[in-house]
Amino acid sequence: MHGLPSPLPLSVQGLGFTAGGVRVLDGVTFALRDGPPCLVVGPNGSGKSTLLRLLHGLLRPTEGAVRWSAPARQAMLFQRPVMLRRSVGDNLAHALSLAGIGRDERPARIAAALDAVGLPHLHDRPARRLSGGEQQRVALARAIALHPAILFLDEPSASLDPAATRAVEEIVAGIAARGTKVVMTTHDLHQARRLAGEVLMLHRGRVAEHAPAAEFFTCPRSPEAQAFLRGDILE
Amino acid sequence: MPGLSEAFGLALGLVLAGDAALTRIVALSLRVSLTAVLVAAALGLPLGALLAVARFPGRQTVIVALNALMGLPPVVAGLLIYLLLSRSGPLGSWGLLFTPTAMVVAQAVLITPIVAALARQVLESMWEDYAEQLRSLGSSALRAVPTLLWDGRIALLTVLLAGFGRASAEVGAVMIVGGNIEGFTRVMTTAIALETSKGDLPLALALGMVLMAIVLTVNAAAQLLREWAARRLG
Ligand SMILES: Nc1ncnc2c1ncn2[C@@H]1O[C@H](COP(=O)(O)OP(=O)(O)OP(=O)(O)O)[C@@H](O)[C@H]1O
Ligand SMILES: [Mg+2]
Repeated sequence: MHGLPSPLPLSVQGLGFTAGGVRVLDGVTFALRDGPPCLVVGPNGSGKSTLLRLLHGLLRPTEGAVRWSAPARQAMLFQRPVMLRRSVGDNLAHALSLAGIGRDERPARIAAALDAVGLPHLHDRPARRLSGGEQQRVALARAIALHPAILFLDEPSASLDPAATRAVEEIVAGIAARGTKVVMTTHDLHQARRLAGEVLMLHRGRVAEHAPAAEFFTCPRSPEAQAFLRGDILE
Repeated sequence: MPGLSEAFGLALGLVLAGDAALTRIVALSLRVSLTAVLVAAALGLPLGALLAVARFPGRQTVIVALNALMGLPPVVAGLLIYLLLSRSGPLGSWGLLFTPTAMVVAQAVLITPIVAALARQVLESMWEDYAEQLRSLGSSALRAVPTLLWDGRIALLTVLLAGFGRASAEVGAVMIVGGNIEGFTRVMTTAIALETSKGDLPLALALGMVLMAIVLTVNAAAQLLREWAARRLG
């Protein structure tokens, strides 16, 4: 994107993460190429958020490695986004300032990002006073305002109403179409179907299946993915 | 010695008339304590913020020491500064003993640990909340210091108000290093102590009323600020 060397493919080799005596991820190996979104699915506690943190560089792997082909701007939308004690606009401005975006360029970026999430009228509101769903959409705006080459989204529509969920999906599809690699977790299989180019399924900290979306949803190979798609409860 | 109700009446008269001696004492008290708060803010806020975000060997020791210094008895602080500033002391040549500057130093020494320790507590819990998000956005711990100071501004203002309350109510340290010299280093607390022992209750009571009013106002302001901020900023 933007004429810079692509960070992709991403190669993840034997990635393991242990914390507090808990083996959260174990022997995770996969490669990520340019293309439509990669949806990370799996039951609660299977390690999805931890995997995103490791890929984003917020956590240091206890085993294995995460190798990008080139450094590139990344952004992450957390499962529980944190807003600064400032207005919505100032929250976005602070993120842009940290990213080295000049003062002149910020207002237009902020306006465009808030427009994209459908919340331009919240620009001057104190961000922490917004509802959970509004905060999540503002956090998405903050992430996309950075024009990242890689965008991690951890359950971006978990607390959104159906209309806002649709809106977020459209934003995600739009960003992906413009060349950002989206890596996103979800518990909503319909959403995964609508957005995924590929699916990475985690189960108990291991990769149960990594396949193109068409394949994953029509003929899953692993018993875990088959059970997951049937709606069985996975332990 | 006048009766108590008579003393109250005289004291109220002094306050309402804006008595010159009273005004001078109150003005000096405010000047000394506000300057001490400014010094404590300049030193204590960055120190508290650094302790909140930085992880280095000995950090825990510094925090324990700061917390212990919060309880430093004013007379002991006064004594130490007296020894430093007295003629034969290491800083004796500065000629600061028995000046308002010495009193500012004494109060600043007393409240800087309070400001730093309370700021550390406030900002550390804020940092726990912010750290991952800010790191994701590319902020180093050091770069987060101004972010935290700004986002914690209301809480930090109440910390400074607490420091001011403690500084202006303190008597032991300013008595020792200021000397309670009339028209020069006499502040509310030292004047109250002196006038009471001399038996001049009206002036002591008048000063006591003003001091109470100031301390109550400061505490009420802190409370209102906190409530306003909780509503406004979340
Ligand atoms: N630092 C840690 N210390 C101890 N356990 C941890 C730590 N980090 C994660 N875990 C554990 O690892 C497991 C995976 O956590 P993670 O948040 O990655 O799951 P998830 O797949 O995102 O779940 P959810 O669908 O509920 O969001 C959980 O059981 C969690 O308790
Ligand atoms: Mg999660």
